[in-house]
Amino acid sequence: MANIGVYVELKEDKLKKSNKEAISLAKRSEKDVHVIIFTNNLDQHLDELKGIKNIIQIKDQDLTYQPDYYSDTIANIIKDYDLNDFIGICSAQCKDLFPRVAAKIDASLVNDCIEIDFKNNSITKPVFAGRLLAKYRVENEFKMYTIRPNIFPVQAFGSEGNPEIITKELNKKELKTKIIDIIKSDSKKIDLTEADAIVSGGRGMKEKENFKILEEIAQLLNAGVGASRAAVDAGFATSDMQVGQTGKVVNPKLYIACGISGAIQHFAGMKTSKVIVAINKDSEAPIFKKADYGIVGDLFKIVPLLKKELEKIYT
Amino acid sequence: MNIFVCIKQVPDTEATLSVKDGKTINENNIKWIISPYDEYAIEEALKVKEKIPESKVTLITLGPKRCESVLRSGLAMGAENAIHIETEEYIDNKTIARAIAYAIKQEGNYNLIFIGKQAIDDDAFLTHIYIAEYLGIPVATNVTLFKYESEKVFVEREIDGGEKEKIEMTTPCVIGAAKGLNTPRYPSLMGMMKAKKIPIKKLSLQDLEIEEIDNKIIIEKLFAPAEKPQGKIIEGEIENAVKELVRVLKDEVKVL
Ligand SMILES: Cc1cc2nc3c(=O)[nH]c(=O)nc-3n(C[C@H](O)[C@H](O)[C@H](O)COP(=O)(O)OP(=O)(O)OC[C@H]3O[C@@H](n4cnc5c(N)ncnc54)[C@H](O)[C@@H]3O)c2cc1C
Ligand SMILES: Nc1ncnc2c1ncn2[C@@H]1O[C@H](COP(=O)(O)O)[C@@H](O)[C@H]1O
Repeated sequence: MANIGVYVELKEDKLKKSNKEAISLAKRSEKDVHVIIFTNNLDQHLDELKGIKNIIQIKDQDLTYQPDYYSDTIANIIKDYDLNDFIGICSAQCKDLFPRVAAKIDASLVNDCIEIDFKNNSITKPVFAGRLLAKYRVENEFKMYTIRPNIFPVQAFGSEGNPEIITKELNKKELKTKIIDIIKSDSKKIDLTEADAIVSGGRGMKEKENFKILEEIAQLLNAGVGASRAAVDAGFATSDMQVGQTGKVVNPKLYIACGISGAIQHFAGMKTSKVIVAINKDSEAPIFKKADYGIVGDLFKIVPLLKKELEKIYT
Repeated sequence: MNIFVCIKQVPDTEATLSVKDGKTINENNIKWIISPYDEYAIEEALKVKEKIPESKVTLITLGPKRCESVLRSGLAMGAENAIHIETEEYIDNKTIARAIAYAIKQEGNYNLIFIGKQAIDDDAFLTHIYIAEYLGIPVATNVTLFKYESEKVFVEREIDGGEKEKIEMTTPCVIGAAKGLNTPRYPSLMGMMKAKKIPIKKLSLQDLEIEEIDNKIIIEKLFAPAEKPQGKIIEGEIENAVKELVRVLKDEVKVL
């Protein structure tokens, strides 16, 4: 029997938000959903996984992510439980992990899916940095997908009673690519790819110091802070903040671009945001063509006013 | 050291793309470039060669005849060998990876393979990991820092939330290059002259024991996404405009 699997990605032993999108999508297939989770404390996640019948828990005294261990373990599970469809999030970890699994079991993998039709085995994903979309048909017994965050709707998982929990060991056969350490970022940053709101600054911000005001607005909105490549190259922002073709592809409900001209490579990273707001002093700036709402003027006057208005709502 | 670099020819990032026959892009008037991440890959390979002079850098590309131009550009940057696996047909990432892995093995000894983490046409992020898996060697992807010390490779790769993983691998291994790894050099005039004279080794898929193309991922349709309607500029005094903006965001589109 063909089943469907979902890899639940934990970050510091917490469920990532997009896992629910992946599980909701799996439910849509009308196949038996199996959730694969690497944790020693399953109990603390059961509430969030309510409604899932099949849970495969992988345990080990050390579950630190190692691509070789994880990919071997998942490859075996996919085969053992006939998980002919297998879904994950298009995150840094899954982009590292899923291709390894796909190569091992000769599955076909498509990354960054924005639409999946399980009946016709067709998948849609952005190509050419989102300038075009491609619809692919996959002809393989084993299919794998990573989905773009914030695209697929979250639905209730249903109520199938108590879950059946299968416990497995981590497969520690071989360690070729060895992660020896993780360098934490200095501040607790909101992951841009999963953020609901993003406030971004470009070359128009003039100085690194001026990003403070964007951070203050971001804090009010519980938003992430992004940047254009020009701002990163000028040293105003760090490279992990870059949005665009060579940066992050983001998909928030609200994207506020301050002092960003709107180059095609920047759009590539943010054009699917639900609502785009642009603040720019040049009324001819291309960003206004793609923004839903724009204000023409000096950002150093507008952004403080915006902060004041937002404070009225959020405090 | 025997170093290989995989490079792909892609349309320029600024190119306006249109679709031909529903499945491919219209190639008229397209300026072709080396996929940007592959430029980081070439640069890093050349840096290793500068440190370890007896190294040899070989470029590999797979694709139609026009792809020769990226090999010439890469040779002009300073690589000394180039292999062109020539095919006019569309083949999926798995088959590409199989062919490239086979070609690398055929060359004999290999120590380091630099590849872009992603090609900016299909944005697949697959090929480098597939090549490593087919060769049975370690791979790190999204690499922003590379170090080679006494047979060992140390890299840093960017993960989500601004964090980085430090990774250790033994050679041979594959490195998936990302932005931040280095600043690619421009070809020198002398490099360009020299590059013209280097013979390019041509291979066909048959030479790599791929007798039949068996694509598992088949393109059905290529199309432009729906464009957003032109947005609205909120006019008036900025104090009022900001108030109006916040009202719209909160009450009309409900994103606050
Ligand atoms: C291969 C490639 C990949 C790339 N990848 C990316 C990418 O991933 N992300 C990315 O962002 N770019 C990328 N770029 C670069 C891109 O082409 C642009 O150069 C870049 O996005 C410009 O950044 P910017 O809008 O901040 O700067 P500019 O284009 O210089 O725009 C600054 C804007 O600020 C406005 N401004 C200035 N002062 C004020 C003020 N006081 N008040 C209000 N407005 C003001 C100006 O009117 C102007 O519109 C890439 C380019 C290439 C070739
Ligand atoms: N046809 C090709 N020829 C040479 N290298 C390729 C080819 N396709 C992909 N690659 C390499 O694999 C990387 C990742 O590509 P992709 O998996 O298509 O996103 C690219 O940056 C190239 O370095």
